[in-house]
Amino acid sequence: MIHARGLVQTFHTGRGKERKEVHAVDGVDLDVEEGEVVGFLGPNGAGKTTTLRMLTTLLRPTAGTATVAGYDVATQPVQVRRSIGYCSQVGSTFSGAYAGDEVVDHGMLYGMSRKDAVAKGQELFDRLQLDGLWRRMPKNMSGGQKRRLDIVMGLIHSPSLVFLDEPTTGLDPQARANLWEHIAGLRTEQGATVFLTTHYLDEADALADRIVIIDRGRIVASDTSDNLKAQVAGDLVDLEVSADEHVAVARDKLGSLAPDVAVEGRHVRGRVSRAGRAVPGLLRDLESAGVALDSIEVARPTLDDVFLTLTGRSLRDAEATAEATDPPGGVPPEAGATPSPTTTTTSTGAAR
Amino acid sequence: MTTFLRETSIVFNRQLRMNLRNPAWVIIGMLQPVLYLLLFGPLLEPVIGQLGVNQYTWFVPGMLVQLGIFGAFFAGFSLIGEWREGVIEAERVTPASRSALLMGRLGRDLLQLLVQALILVALGLVMGMDWNPGGILLGIVLTILLGGACAAASNAFALTVKSEDVMAPVINLVMMPVLLLSGILLPMSFGAAWLDTLADFMPIRHVVDAVRGAFFGEFDASTMGWGVGWTVVLFGLAVWWGTAVFRRENA
Repeated sequence: MIHARGLVQTFHTGRGKERKEVHAVDGVDLDVEEGEVVGFLGPNGAGKTTTLRMLTTLLRPTAGTATVAGYDVATQPVQVRRSIGYCSQVGSTFSGAYAGDEVVDHGMLYGMSRKDAVAKGQELFDRLQLDGLWRRMPKNMSGGQKRRLDIVMGLIHSPSLVFLDEPTTGLDPQARANLWEHIAGLRTEQGATVFLTTHYLDEADALADRIVIIDRGRIVASDTSDNLKAQVAGDLVDLEVSADEHVAVARDKLGSLAPDVAVEGRHVRGRVSRAGRAVPGLLRDLESAGVALDSIEVARPTLDDVFLTLTGRSLRDAEATAEATDPPGGVPPEAGATPSPTTTTTSTGAAR
Repeated sequence: MTTFLRETSIVFNRQLRMNLRNPAWVIIGMLQPVLYLLLFGPLLEPVIGQLGVNQYTWFVPGMLVQLGIFGAFFAGFSLIGEWREGVIEAERVTPASRSALLMGRLGRDLLQLLVQALILVALGLVMGMDWNPGGILLGIVLTILLGGACAAASNAFALTVKSEDVMAPVINLVMMPVLLLSGILLPMSFGAAWLDTLADFMPIRHVVDAVRGAFFGEFDASTMGWGVGWTVVLFGLAVWWGTAVFRRENA
C-alpha cells in the first residue's frame, strides 16, 4: 500500500547568515501492507506530519521516491489522491457551513454524483454516531463530533487507504476512547488500511498492529508493540516501603534482581526481567527481613520506555528539543497545552 | 474540460451557498453601489460639471471600476479563514484541479461584482446617464475582468501570507496609489502635470479611461487598446499567480 524509499524533505529557515538547512525528514524508508493499521509515532517536530504530507501529495519530496496505493506520489498525484483519504490535524470543514453540505461537496470533488455523496455521507454519519447532525454547523459541535466529521470527510469516497494525522489531539479521554473505537472500525468495517500519526504512546499501543517510530527525521524502529517492548530490559517494579528505615533493605533485595535500582523517598524502583516470576520470591524475602510494604506496582514497559531505549531520550525531552525545529508553514502549532495522558514509569496503565 | 467546469461549479456553489446564508454579505453588497452613487454623486457634480459632459456618464464608470477593484481586494480574507480551518488542505487532497479551486471562488466574487455593476448602471441610467448599450456592456466586461484579476491576486496573496494582520495594511498600502492615480474620482488632468505623467504608469488608469470612453460611446483605438490590453494582461497574470499558489506545496 505504501512503499517509500529514502524520502527527504529539506527546508530553509532564517535569512542571510542565519539561513540554515533543516532536514525535517531525512531518509525515510517505509512499507505498509494492505490491511495493516500502522501507528507512526514520534515527538512533536520529529517529521511525522511532513512525511504524511509527502505521502498524501501535499508536499513534493526533496529526494527519494514513494508509491502509495500503487501510484507514484511525484508523477501520479491525481491517482494517489483518488485512492486515499486524509484527515489532517487542523480539520477539514468550514465552521459556518452545514456539516452535511461540506461532506457532499467533498464527495463531489472526488467525482461522486450528488446522490451518491448524500447516500454515502448519511451512511457514514450513522456509523460515526453523527446522526441528526447533518444540518449542524461545525462551530456548534463538540471536539469529538468535529473529529468524527473529519473522518467522514476522509472516508466519503471509500478510500482503500486512510491517513489520520493526530486524530485525537485535544480531545477529552471519553471522546478519545470513543474515537478509538471508530478508528479500529475503519479496518474491520471498511476494510481500509490505516496509517495514523500520533505522539501519544497509548494511542499507538491501542490501535496499531505495528508501530513505526520516527525521531529527528529518521525511522528508528518498526515492529509490533510487544516486540518493541521486549527490547526494554524488564518490567518496572516499584516498591513503597512503610518506613524510612526499610529503604536500604528493600534496595538490596531488589538490587539482587534488577541491575539498576533507584530510590526516591520511600519508593524503590528497578527493572526486573520476567517480573511475574521474580516478584513472589522478592515479597517473601522482604517479609522475612521484616520489611512491610505500603504498595507494590509492576508495570510492563511502555512505548515511552521503548523510545528512551532507542534514542536515549524520553519522549518529553525529545519534544522539548524538537520544538525549535518544527517546520514552518503548513504545519500549524499543535495544541501545546494538551497534557499527554501517558504518564511515565510508575504507571500501571501499560498493561492495556 | 468538463471535469474542470464541474469542479469549478462545485466550489462556486459551495462558496455562494455560504455567502448567501450571511445576510450582511447580501445587503451590504447591494447597498454599496447605491451609496457610492447617491453620496459621492452630488459631491462631485459641480466639479465634473466644469468638463462640460454628462456627470453621471463620467462618474458611473469610475465608481464601477472602484467597486470592482476594492471589493475584490478583500476577497482573500475569507480564504484565510478557510485555510485556518483546514478546508484548503482538504480540497487539495482531492483529485480536483487546482485552478478549479481558485476559479470557483473567483466565480462567486465576479457574480457579486456583476450584480453590483448592474445595480450601479441601472441607477445611473435612472439619474440621467447616457444610454450607450454597447459601451456599457464593454465597460462591465472590462470591470469584471479587472475585478477578477484583483480577486485572484488577493486570494494568491492571502494564501501566501496566511494572516489578516499582514493583508489589511498591504491592501491599504496598495489602495492609496490606485485610488489617487487612476482618475477614479477626479480627472487626472485636474492635477499637476507630473502627477498625470506618473499616472500613465498605473495600469488601472488605462482601464478606467477605457471604461469611461466606452460609456461615452467613444471607442478611441488607443484608449481602448491600452485599457483592454492591460485588463487582459492583469487578469492573465493574476489567475496564473493564484493557480500557482493553490498548486504550491505549502499553501
